[in-house]
Order: sequence, then C-alpha cells, then structure tokens
Amino acid sequence: MPLPPLPTAAITIGVHVEDWRGAVAAAGDALERSGSTSPEYTKRMIGVIDEFGAYVVIAPGLALAHARPGPDVHTEGLSVVTLAEPVAFGHPHNDPVSVVLGLAVTSGDEHVLLVAELANVFNDPHVIPALAAATDVDSIRSLLGVTAPSEEQ
Amino acid sequence: MKIVALCGVGIGTSAILKVNAERALARLDIEAEVTATDVAGVASVGFDAQVILTSSELVDAIGKTNADIVVIDNYFDVDELTAKLETALG
Repeated sequence: MPLPPLPTAAITIGVHVEDWRGAVAAAGDALERSGSTSPEYTKRMIGVIDEFGAYVVIAPGLALAHARPGPDVHTEGLSVVTLAEPVAFGHPHNDPVSVVLGLAVTSGDEHVLLVAELANVFNDPHVIPALAAATDVDSIRSLLGVTAPSEEQ
Repeated sequence: MKIVALCGVGIGTSAILKVNAERALARLDIEAEVTATDVAGVASVGFDAQVILTSSELVDAIGKTNADIVVIDNYFDVDELTAKLETALG
C-alpha cells in the first residue's frame, strides 16, 4: 500500500529555524497548511518532546514529530520539512536533525498501514540524506514514493 | 513470547518500531507478539513482556520491570533490531 498523496502545502524545503521547537513548528505549520490540523496540534507535538525528550529522533538526522489523536486533527496527515541548517534535539545518537516529518492521525489504529509504509521507505538508509539534499517538491515525493493529489496534477 | 515497543504517546514511533521489530523477528524465525504502547501504559501492557524496545530517552520512564530493556538507536535499521533482539532472546 503506497503512502497517500502528498500536497505541496505539506512540504517545506530548506527552512531556517533556530532550534528544535522551530523545526517541529515548521512541521506543524505544514500540516495546518494542508488542512490536516489546527495550530493546537502543533503545540501538542512540541509538548510531547517537552514531556518525554528527544525520542522522536528515531534515526540519524530524522525526527518524527507527532502527538495523540485529538479534536485538533481534522484528517490524517503527513508533512515533510527539510532544514537549511540541521538542529540538535538532544538525542544522544541521532542528532543533528535535518529532516522533520509531521504525523497527525485521527485514531490510534488507522495509522498502522501509514507507518508500515513509512518504515518501508526509510528502511533504505539513503533516503534521509537524499531528502535533506532535495531542492524541489517533486524530488521529495519521488524519494517517498508518493504522488501529488489529483487536483495538483 | 511478548515484546513491547514503547514510545511517549503510543502512536507513530512505537508503531514504526513494532513493524521493524516484526521484520527482525521474521529474520530470526522467532514467534512473538509485538505490542505498541505509550509510557502511561507500559506498566500494565509490559508486566509480562520479555523485552521492551524503546529509545534511550524513555528508559527512565519505564520504572520497575522484569523485562529486558533494549535501546534502539535507529528505528529503521532492521539489522540493528535483529542483532539486539537476537542477543536479548538468545
């Protein structure tokens, strides 16, 4: 099962941020722009890291920002943000982070297929550095094996 | 056999860890149930688990357990998961 189409609004390339909070906020902004979430969800994604630490940095250079389902999630969504300069999240092995994925789901169960497919994509260790180096949205989509939504084609 | 994949909120990262742990177990030809859970649920879900897979960041949140706690650095690296699970279960 391929990942769902990724709208251009959900992709931000080469953003300048001060720190990890700025990086997660950028992933939240992209989810908001694509219509998946409200601003409150962005705050909750930052709150997860405040509470539990940098465990969201699940591979070298990659953070998967997320929070629990809630009324601030309108539809399941994924966003992709690449950073102009990598930032530290405070992870002992996987810092610094240059790619942030934002994940929003509406229930605890429905996301399993989505993350299984994410796992398929990122089991190739070349994908993270290639995403970090990508300069256009088509390259990002190609690396993730996703298409643009039909209304953008 | 029961294995728990732990993350802060029980979705997203723990689900990725679960998917790749199942791939590692298939490589090792070991039958086990892998359950994704969150910090709040680990005491009840993990009480009879043999292994708890998690990030170094969450080890202190687990509390008292009889399970082996296995820290995974790269959740997408099935080789790392396979090696560490083989050591823990071997």
